Amino acid sequence: MKKLLTAAVLSAALATPALADTTKAGFIYIGPVGDFGWTAGHDRARREMAEHFGDAVETTIVENVDYGADAERVMTQMAISGTDVIFAASFGYGPDVNSVAGRFPDVAFQHATGYIQDHPNISLYDARFYEGRAVLGHIGGKMTETNTIGYIASFPIPAVIAGINSAYLHAKAVNPDIQFRIIWTYSWFDPALEADAAETLIEQGADVIMQHTDSTAAIRVAEDAGVMAFGQASDMTQFGPNAHLTAIVDNWAPYYISRVQAVMDGTWEAQNSWLGFADGIIEMAPWNDRIPAELQEEANGLVAAIAAGEYHPFTGPINRQDGTPWLAEGEVAPDGDLATMDFYVEGITAELPN
Amino acid sequence: MILGSINPAVLMAALMVAATPILLAAIGELVVEKAGVLNLGVEGMMIMGACIGFIVAVNTGSPIIGFAGAALGGMALALLFALLTQALMTNQVASGLALTLFGLGLTALLGQQYVGITPPRTPRLDLGPLAEIPFLGRAFFRHDIVVYLSIVLVGAVWWFLKYSRAGMILRAVGENHDAAHALGYNVKRVRVLAILFGGACAGLGGAYLSLIRVPQWTEGMTVGAGWIALALVVFASWRPWRALAGAYLFGGVVVLQLNLQAAGVRIPVEYLSMSPYLITILVLVIISSGKGRGSLNAPGSLNRPFHASN
Repeated sequence: MKKLLTAAVLSAALATPALADTTKAGFIYIGPVGDFGWTAGHDRARREMAEHFGDAVETTIVENVDYGADAERVMTQMAISGTDVIFAASFGYGPDVNSVAGRFPDVAFQHATGYIQDHPNISLYDARFYEGRAVLGHIGGKMTETNTIGYIASFPIPAVIAGINSAYLHAKAVNPDIQFRIIWTYSWFDPALEADAAETLIEQGADVIMQHTDSTAAIRVAEDAGVMAFGQASDMTQFGPNAHLTAIVDNWAPYYISRVQAVMDGTWEAQNSWLGFADGIIEMAPWNDRIPAELQEEANGLVAAIAAGEYHPFTGPINRQDGTPWLAEGEVAPDGDLATMDFYVEGITAELPN
Repeated sequence: MILGSINPAVLMAALMVAATPILLAAIGELVVEKAGVLNLGVEGMMIMGACIGFIVAVNTGSPIIGFAGAALGGMALALLFALLTQALMTNQVASGLALTLFGLGLTALLGQQYVGITPPRTPRLDLGPLAEIPFLGRAFFRHDIVVYLSIVLVGAVWWFLKYSRAGMILRAVGENHDAAHALGYNVKRVRVLAILFGGACAGLGGAYLSLIRVPQWTEGMTVGAGWIALALVVFASWRPWRALAGAYLFGGVVVLQLNLQAAGVRIPVEYLSMSPYLITILVLVIISSGKGRGSLNAPGSLNRPFHASN
């Protein structure tokens, strides 16, 4: 019996080298792959990447992983079981990624939307969502009839704050009377709470709903209430064919393919990538027909100008909410300011939570 | 101007809707705990109800049949719990936690085909002239039938526990199962029935989320509502009407903070979201302090396994 076991272990050990040219990629997600939003976007990219490499790559996913001990446990398990590259697809995994990466220097870690990079085997990657938010702000500012845009925000972190600022500035540019009503849910995914938030915003006069949370609940509420809304991270048209104007669609696939390729080639090294329209990492979902052709043209133009680098959504003069100057006339926001943004721009009446 | 944009009648109406899922689940769990059983699987049974209710409603086109299916779905999971804890004498806490994990996983599988579908609409109950009363009409009389059902259920449970013979037997089983057994009552049968009732109520609460409040099916969509329901039972010190008050208070906190935020009032959202749990911890501390369980009404045999040979 013991011999049999030894033989089994041996043959397993012998079999491993044959699999060695398979690259193992692990993915951990904050929500379910069926959220039709953020996590769905990452998983869509994972599948495209897996399809691209075929048998050369083996992917594992773990969904609904909480920040903290849970995430550390999952990533440690992945690292121990021979995963070559781990994609941690949420902002809050930062401390966990850094703690696990320190213990497994041979594993490549890819942390989405993070900012902590304590070890040479951690790459950060993020999308310039504020570029997309500028387009949403422009469309929303023109489409609203009540001059009120309702914004469902998750956590007061720089990416979300920059999104609100970008949307506001571009709505304000086309509609000087625009007003933003903002609700923080302190959650990325809570359909019931997001639905309640959307209802509250509509009740308080918003006729365009923007969200920086991951469920599709708000789109559905907007559809029922006969108002307009923008999807998040994925095309959410099917949840509100009339309400859904467009969405910022995350397209991580090209990036995932390039990074896994680098791991295969042995050329992977730590980077800090911040990608936008120009790199095809974010795209706009097809315009809803209710957006007038003229406005569709403007939106297309805005996307093209941002992609070509001719226009930056944060171009001065821009003041902070308290009236102190931030960017001078013609000055473009440095990436560092955007990555650490912790203030509203002038004109937003709500107060930013700490 | 800031608070002017909040309409109190709408606030009240939204509060009732927000409270209904947790109220339904809590009133079921209250009966279960009154029978001396602690079922921590409320979250699992709720998500089961949300999923099965959605599937049945979509396939039959009837939300009412959907709710019936949700109750059965919750009961099916509760039956599993009853089998484990009453027949196989497993630990109630561990079995309940396992039930939650099982429910979340199973529904993720069952519901896969149903993501992105719109369920049939549940009509509002037509209360005729009542709905036209200024303020009161908007606040109380323009809801769907389930909101009223949940209130009726609270009344029924209250009456059942206080005045009916069966209710008194159930309480006896929960207070002292050895004495109840000595008197000739079938402790296990009473407990199994209570557990099934709890499952049905949790299922209804879950379906309220997927069929009315959100309304769509998304994996893991209950996001902790079951735990709030559990907390609510303790908060209510096992009294039905207090459970109603507690649910409306919890629902009110959620709805009010959303309204205040939208109106631009700065409020500490983190603390408000914590408050249901903080209050529950407080109640638990008081319960376990010197004054004894009796003064807070906790069932004497709660979470104690019963075997006839004891």
